[in-house]
Amino acid sequence: MPEAPAIVVDHITRRFGTFTAVNDVSFTVNRGEIFGFLGPNGAGKSTLIRVLCGLLAPSEGRATLDGLDVVSRIEEIRRHIGYMAQEFTLYDDLTARENMTFYSMVYGLSGAHLRSRIDAVVGLVGGEEYLDRRAGALSGGWKRRLALACAILHEPTIIFLDEPTAGIDPVARRELWDLFFRLADEDVTLFVTTHYTDEAERCTNVGYIYQSNLIAHGTPEKLKMMPQVRPEGTARFEIDAADITRVHAVLREWEHTRDTTIFGAVVHSLLDAEVNADDIRSFLNTKGIEVRHIRPIEPTLEDVFVSLTRFHKERGLSSPHNERNQRKETD
Amino acid sequence: MFRGLRAIVYKEFIHMRRDPLTVFVALFVPVIQLTIFGYAVDMDVRNIPTVICDQDRSAASRELPGRFENTGYFRILHEVENPDGLYTSLRSGEAKIGILIPPGFGEDRFSGTPAQVQVLLDGSDITVAQQALNTANAIGLRASLTESAARFGVADPMRRMPLDILPRLLFNPTMRSANFMVPGLIGILLWIVTVFLTSVAIVREREKGTIEQLFVTPLSRQAFIIGKLLPFALLGAIEACVIISAARFIFGIPINGSVLLLALLTVPYLLTGLMVGLVISTRAANQAQAMQFSALTMLPSVILSGFMFPRASMPLIIYVMTFFVPLTYFLEIVRGIIIRGAIWADLWDEAAILIVFFLVFLNLAVRRFRKQLG
Repeated sequence: MPEAPAIVVDHITRRFGTFTAVNDVSFTVNRGEIFGFLGPNGAGKSTLIRVLCGLLAPSEGRATLDGLDVVSRIEEIRRHIGYMAQEFTLYDDLTARENMTFYSMVYGLSGAHLRSRIDAVVGLVGGEEYLDRRAGALSGGWKRRLALACAILHEPTIIFLDEPTAGIDPVARRELWDLFFRLADEDVTLFVTTHYTDEAERCTNVGYIYQSNLIAHGTPEKLKMMPQVRPEGTARFEIDAADITRVHAVLREWEHTRDTTIFGAVVHSLLDAEVNADDIRSFLNTKGIEVRHIRPIEPTLEDVFVSLTRFHKERGLSSPHNERNQRKETD
Repeated sequence: MFRGLRAIVYKEFIHMRRDPLTVFVALFVPVIQLTIFGYAVDMDVRNIPTVICDQDRSAASRELPGRFENTGYFRILHEVENPDGLYTSLRSGEAKIGILIPPGFGEDRFSGTPAQVQVLLDGSDITVAQQALNTANAIGLRASLTESAARFGVADPMRRMPLDILPRLLFNPTMRSANFMVPGLIGILLWIVTVFLTSVAIVREREKGTIEQLFVTPLSRQAFIIGKLLPFALLGAIEACVIISAARFIFGIPINGSVLLLALLTVPYLLTGLMVGLVISTRAANQAQAMQFSALTMLPSVILSGFMFPRASMPLIIYVMTFFVPLTYFLEIVRGIIIRGAIWADLWDEAAILIVFFLVFLNLAVRRFRKQLG
């Protein structure tokens, strides 16, 4: 079934007792896409990945990978998917090569084919010099690469990566993402969870899950155009000053401010469209703040997620949640 | 059905090679235990410490302690002044037996009036007391018989008994208790090793999280369980050879039957023990719990299998329970072959039952094992 989308998530709900970890989530991922799945800790990212990999059964809804149902056809699916868990799940006391040999054998490879696959994977992820080192003795970055290597030995069509770059240095992070792009070029579908919005910017499509609900889905560009992110009659500015915490505090009290957030060394503020840069500068001057520079900006993905999170927090996401649960009970 | 079996076996052997301590402990600690327990559970009663209180001080009374000592079961420590001295010696644990010869003993013996000797037994150790009681009675009986017969002019009556029981002890003519206990210990120790070896095998992977990665692969459940079993089965087989050799060469236990048959029939027992460990491992929440469950399987093996107490004298309900203890059957096998020289025709049914146990536990482990989290 090459026509079927790589991943179809169709109204998936997963509950643990009375707690709903994933609530009625639906989306589609096409072949060769890198799908970025974002959300705060505990929002339900890992739970959804585990449902899709057959590690957890969905409470409701259905999902297919390459057109195969994740409940009834899971054993077939397992031959074609790769999975890299959040924690290191390989064997510390086995060497890198032994770990790869083991997983090749698990996937039914043997003899020359097994060796050529290991060579190919090592050629891709690198690290020949570490092949005979125990996996437990590798650095964080190399552990991730080894885990990725073991996840792609059997040439999966879909790979799930649960926070693959958490806790590793920026260079290793960048190199890992370069690998993801090379895999995507070969028509492999990647499903990646992350907390880094710069990584999300590089994804084909992005989903944002908040309190078990998928509250945004689309290309990064599309998300930046969402009405919750840039409401009618507003403009977004970046303001730089010596004391940005004071800028943030002062702007928060201004009648024209819709939203304001500190972003590293600057402040991003969502203001009424009628004010311009000079108005802001003079307002801040009256408060005794010397502004270094000020410019209108497009929202970044980080702005998008901050805005969406605030928007749903104020609206109280628990309400649609409860309505749905009540509806199910009366059904 | 066995997809990935080769992979699991490959990996488990590497784990073993990287962890020689566990292998060493598994192989040699049981030998040390066998040596220690083997000597400790020796139930042969000899040289029971004995004190004498002779209030008669006649020729006859001086001759009596010698009769006790000559049996080999009693060792006279010393004499005490009065009956209270006997009691004190027994209470303190210095002696297990006290012999009181009352005044007038020699006179009664001489005149033919029934002469009495009191024997105090330490009932806190019933094995010793039982042996001493039997021997003391035998001494009295023998002396009485000989002397009564002499009065009727019959010499050497022990050779001309009207009803003469001729006991003949088969298989263990010296009644050496080690010959009986050490084969049982082999069964106990093999049980401990096999159950403990595998009881952490799966739960450890669960704790470390490595199992999560295996669950997303096409590895079959049967392959996982059997793959875990096989390397440990090899280790268990080596262990069995080591421990049976130790019994043969450290304790000098003669193996009266076929060593090959013993080796063959030990296999289903080892597999059953390993499988019980794996069942525990699929159920336990963590390694500590797995250890506790394993320890719990020990007690029925020791108490109910007939290792310590004869099964035939157990109350019916307990007796029925003994049929569900794998060691019950292995004891038949190991004692049968080593002591009685039993052959295949005697033991095939025990072996068959052990195989049934193995298959039941295998089925249980595979059913319990789901390739899912939580």
